[in-house]
Amino acid sequence: MTDIPASSRLAGAPRSESAVSDIRSGLSRRKSAQTRLKIYGIVAIVFALTMLGILVGSVVSTSIPAWTQTQVRLDVTVPDDETPNYRSLVNDSLVAAFPQAERDRAALRRFTGILSNGAQFWLRDELQASGAAPGSTVSIWLPVSDPFEQLYEGVISPSTPENRRPLNDQQIADFQSLQQQDRIRSVFDWGLITNADSRFPELAGLKGGLIGSAFLMLVCLCVSVPVGVGAAVYLEEFAPKNKFTDFIEINVNNLAAVPSIVFGLLGLALFLGFLGMPRSAPLVGGLVLAIMTLPTIIITTRAALKAVPPSIREAARGIGASEMQVIAQHVLPLALPGILTGVIIGLAQAIGETAPLLLIGMNAFVTSAPTSMLEASTTLPTQIYIWFDSPERGFVARTSAAICVLLIVLSVMNLFAIVLRRRFERRW
Amino acid sequence: MMENVSFATAGAHARAPEMPVKMFGRKVEVFYGQKQALHGVDLEIPERQVTALIGPSGCGKSTFLRCLNRMNDTVAIARVVGDIRLDGEDIYDKSIDVVELRARVGMVFQKPNPFPKSIFENVAYGPRIHGLFKNKAHLQEIVETSLKRAGLFEEVKDRLDEPGTGLSGGQQQRLCIARAIAVSPEVILMDEPCSALDPIATATVEELIDELKQNYTIVIVTHSMQQAARVSQRTAMFHLGRIVEVGPTEKMFSNPDDKRTQDYITGRFG
Repeated sequence: MTDIPASSRLAGAPRSESAVSDIRSGLSRRKSAQTRLKIYGIVAIVFALTMLGILVGSVVSTSIPAWTQTQVRLDVTVPDDETPNYRSLVNDSLVAAFPQAERDRAALRRFTGILSNGAQFWLRDELQASGAAPGSTVSIWLPVSDPFEQLYEGVISPSTPENRRPLNDQQIADFQSLQQQDRIRSVFDWGLITNADSRFPELAGLKGGLIGSAFLMLVCLCVSVPVGVGAAVYLEEFAPKNKFTDFIEINVNNLAAVPSIVFGLLGLALFLGFLGMPRSAPLVGGLVLAIMTLPTIIITTRAALKAVPPSIREAARGIGASEMQVIAQHVLPLALPGILTGVIIGLAQAIGETAPLLLIGMNAFVTSAPTSMLEASTTLPTQIYIWFDSPERGFVARTSAAICVLLIVLSVMNLFAIVLRRRFERRW
Repeated sequence: MMENVSFATAGAHARAPEMPVKMFGRKVEVFYGQKQALHGVDLEIPERQVTALIGPSGCGKSTFLRCLNRMNDTVAIARVVGDIRLDGEDIYDKSIDVVELRARVGMVFQKPNPFPKSIFENVAYGPRIHGLFKNKAHLQEIVETSLKRAGLFEEVKDRLDEPGTGLSGGQQQRLCIARAIAVSPEVILMDEPCSALDPIATATVEELIDELKQNYTIVIVTHSMQQAARVSQRTAMFHLGRIVEVGPTEKMFSNPDDKRTQDYITGRFG
């Protein structure tokens, strides 16, 4: 019984036998093609992850010194003066710590150099905050200047030849004597977030950039979302299909590919030149970013509207919902997760945008955080640009730290997008 | 034979005599762009009866159905010519608001399409947008009555808050019927309402259609000859955008006048 089908197959189908062997020989080729494709994919992912790892790793490791602040402890006698001279108060306290500086002005200047240039203002704030009684002596921690911070953190090594480092042997010896007196410490530097920009890296912070970027995002959101979603709803739901709307569609798509610096030029010409708005203002920056974000929002919103099943529209129309009710009560709610994703992707793209902001002067050196939409301000990315461009060595770490902050903000926004999406999708 | 011709062209005499005409179409032509989908269709739809539209795919029966509540309006390239009247009123007249028309002529679709909302909200949607209820209790009552008429209430009364999309296919279709009757329409159009359902769910929906005809005028498009035979009192046979034959269902299925009707019913083409 069993050999009958075998013999009949052999006798009756020589051609199919060769077809089978053809298929077999092809099988191994197909399999190896599949394996190759898999390997390509894995290699690509490993490459991408490595690059990402190198980027994040180098940024984070470079930024480490910026997260801490090195401080020196001075014993300050609280003055009973109404308007004390804090600069001389700092000097007096230094003399108290280094008695040899009392008569030696050169030595005093050397010791003053250990402290940050902003030490006197720091002292003022600390004293006013402490509320210590006049005449009493309090210990105050003051930030050291940039080179000494580098020394403490090991960026500058005493073993390098003297002519190749910014601090001479005497300065290093001074600092070491302070360390021996237990007058040096390193603390987490909240100033990186709570200070505005400064010429001195140890005092420079991102407050201005953070608040500026927040203002920009607010303006951008308020302008681009209503305009973008409105345009998308009109184009998708109401616009007649003709040459003119085709033309608009092509232009919207082209607009998404326009280099961002061109939008900066537009902002410069339109908002600053024609409308006379102030330079460096978050309002202008936000408007420029809004124009830049519009195509992204329009395209994603249209895709989200298109993805709403037509059966839902028919169902609503079939009961007698007007076109407006169909859109407002059914199509838009169902398209919401897609729209939100598009909005947040657009905003995330906008928050990292630098080039157009440079053209409208948002890379200005501003030492206070903006309190209104019309005040001069920086933003996170332009702050990075400014710091990157600064010669002081301490700004290298600051730049990396600012990049870290920007990356964190971006990650939070993307996370937010995912969470929102999940939340709204559950109702579907 | 002469009489058949008059059926096909005038289509006036074959309705069940005891029922007045609720809707009729005369010389209805529909164009999709350059393509003509309907060539002068005449059909009368008697009140509180089930009229079945049968015919092979692409014959224009769904197109005709969608003319009856102007669902073709939303198709940009569609153009409707001819006269369609509901209670003697031209539904394509400028004075007729399509929103009002669709409240009077409801529709149930091929694929069950409940809104992604709760069962209650699905049924309550129509009364809400048309403002058909006095207070919350009244709305509750409307929803309950509609679900009962659709034969769904007993199955869902404990879970009215659950999403309508979580029901089975047959239940979803009955939910859609409940949603349609919640606005108290006069006519219900059904576009192959059972084609996505299994035989048991189909049987339930067919029973429901049979009950509904006591209160509503029903027009149903179907691909199933048995279904047309089971649920309808009148049948119109469409072919290539024309009505081939129209008459009492019993006669159509036992003794059709037209050869094509006979061939289609016996499964020789379609």
